Amino acid sequence: MNRGPTKLAYAHRHLLAIEGLEPAEIAHLLDLAESYVLLNRSGQTARDLLRGKTLINLFFEDSTRTRTSFELAGKRLGADVINMSVATSSVNKGETLLDTAATLNAMQCDLLAVRHAQSGAPSLLAQKVGAAVINAGDGMHEHPTQALLDALTIRRRKGRLEGLNVAICGDIAHSRVARSNIHLLTAMGGHVRLVGPPNLLPAGIEELGAAVFHDMKSGLAEADIVMMLRLQRERMTGGEVPSAREFFRFFGLDSEKLAYARPDALVMHPGPMNRGVEIESRVADDPERSVIGEQVEMGVAVRMAVLDTLARGPRRNI
Amino acid sequence: MRDALFRGVRLLDPASGLDRVGELLVRDGRIADLGGGLGVPDGAEVIEGDGAVLCPGLVDMRASLGEPGFEYRETIASAAQAAAAGGVTTLACLPDSLPAIDDPALVRLLAARGEEIGSLSILPYGAVTRGCAGEALAELGLLREAGAVAFSDGARSIGPALLMRQALSYARGFGAMIVQHPEEPTLAAGGAATEGPLATRLGLSGIPAAAEAIQVARDISLSRLTGGAVHFSRISTAEALALVRRAKEEGIAVTCDTAPPYFDLNETAIGDFRTYAKLSPPLRPESDRQAVCAALVDGTIDAIASDHQPRDADDKRLPFAQATPGGAGLATLLAVTLVLVHNGTLPLSRAIGFITAGPAKLLGASAGRLAAGGAADLCLFHPERAWQVVAGSLPGKAQNTPFDGRALEGRVLGTWKKGRLVFG
Repeated sequence: MNRGPTKLAYAHRHLLAIEGLEPAEIAHLLDLAESYVLLNRSGQTARDLLRGKTLINLFFEDSTRTRTSFELAGKRLGADVINMSVATSSVNKGETLLDTAATLNAMQCDLLAVRHAQSGAPSLLAQKVGAAVINAGDGMHEHPTQALLDALTIRRRKGRLEGLNVAICGDIAHSRVARSNIHLLTAMGGHVRLVGPPNLLPAGIEELGAAVFHDMKSGLAEADIVMMLRLQRERMTGGEVPSAREFFRFFGLDSEKLAYARPDALVMHPGPMNRGVEIESRVADDPERSVIGEQVEMGVAVRMAVLDTLARGPRRNI
Repeated sequence: MRDALFRGVRLLDPASGLDRVGELLVRDGRIADLGGGLGVPDGAEVIEGDGAVLCPGLVDMRASLGEPGFEYRETIASAAQAAAAGGVTTLACLPDSLPAIDDPALVRLLAARGEEIGSLSILPYGAVTRGCAGEALAELGLLREAGAVAFSDGARSIGPALLMRQALSYARGFGAMIVQHPEEPTLAAGGAATEGPLATRLGLSGIPAAAEAIQVARDISLSRLTGGAVHFSRISTAEALALVRRAKEEGIAVTCDTAPPYFDLNETAIGDFRTYAKLSPPLRPESDRQAVCAALVDGTIDAIASDHQPRDADDKRLPFAQATPGGAGLATLLAVTLVLVHNGTLPLSRAIGFITAGPAKLLGASAGRLAAGGAADLCLFHPERAWQVVAGSLPGKAQNTPFDGRALEGRVLGTWKKGRLVFG
């Protein structure tokens, strides 16, 4: 990698993962996103920036929220935005993936946001397409734009990331959001505390630099941020968690458990929420503590920053 | 056929302990004589060894051939090419083809296909269960009578304890061992890599090392119970090896093999979702790799198998969890085994023993030795000659090597089957 004086602010063709990004690259994306927050709030747009560029949202998994956020980000920068939802019911999904890559190359797309149920699918696609690929969530691997929008939300509220205690709670094992957040926050000098039942914490996760707790009281101690994760319904029926009520009793966030954290601790959730399972409505809707709505706003700004940054790279012909 | 005299070769026969520079005479497809001071018979072809090693043709105790059923991956003819280029002249092939080798006629067919091709003896495994489906026992007695060398369900682990008990007990009556893929199926279900920090980082479902140890521990108990012989294929973890070591000390009828990826690579080979390094069992952490090396040194492991699993590009150009596990291994079996010699882990004769006499003994085959009167199945190789593994230019059809890019020392110069040159 070029580390000389001409070093780029962001030295990659794609955004496939937070892991491997330099702190300066993360800071660059956050700073640029910050400027888009101001632009968006002023009601202005920057429709010249990506004029003539094409963004394709390629979603192999349903996600209204993330897809809409990318769509809005692209449109605010003047890109032509196409949404492609690919049925995942076909037997051989992998063939579809590479066939789709060939189709996209023929379409001369510049930017590609990919959501896929399989870890590593965006990396595979990135090897085969000319466009810059943004991982919009792959399996249990990473969800880099979510971590960036979480970091931007935290930084705007707390003024920094360094030295903050961030507790991430719930189903860490199946969470790409957790993994991207661990990489980002530890890279930026934050302290990550993971809280959940042992069977929802993946093997060796502490080697990523996070501390592990199995009860909310010790896990939330000194926390500046309490980040709740979604627990998939199908995991609460006896396979991994005996019942939703048992999970809520021990790991659901209510006012009582929130009191274990710092008095000014903020509550976050990547959405969509299971109210009454991992989070109580009173906490989720508390304007003093919850920044869940703000996360959505930051999502658009962060995705604008990512699209802007990646669009500056050349398109490869494949 | 003319007589052939190998001259100036290092004769290496781990079965007899022979290791000397000398000559070997081939007549009518058999080894007529070997040792020192053999004269050149009239009209004989002389093959100058220039110090290269002449050992028995390699015996590979575990490979899939692709045929019948998966000819797009490999045919018996293309596997035979890869085998010959790798010095392999005898190969035990797994029964989980399509159809599975669960009928005596299919056992005979495979052996006959080997005879027809001429460069490779095929020793078919019979299926333990019909269709290798893990439910009802196949006709083990009839399969054995037709020539099945042992019984296995291939890549499928024999799951239910009762079924394994029956298989071990029944096969014992026919003097055959059960070759088990040691992996507890429910713990391994859906897994794509060894459970641990690397799988966690990549967001891949993990298979814990305990899945191997649990099945090994259970089957050792069942072997003790039934007296039936169990053989564990490509064992890969320290924990399971410790169990096998203890069982052998106790005198239980247990043996095991490993395969080159498990002593030469560790889990980091999967890197950024490299599907060519997706194997079953999955590649393990470095500590397990070292344990496999130690178990080769102390003899806990009886053989090294290629575990050749041909895959097509379409099987591998997929997201990691969806890619089919398995690596091509015939062409690299010798050279990767020689890594253990070059790095001082094993002396040459022991290393070669793991791919000749060791597996031959387990399979009850007469192959894998240099003996006067025996078939002239021979492998001539230069132990130090360097080459690089390049997926795409390997012999045979299957190119899915986990060793892509690896620089190796040890090159096959020639392979002879029943005295006939089949490679070189």
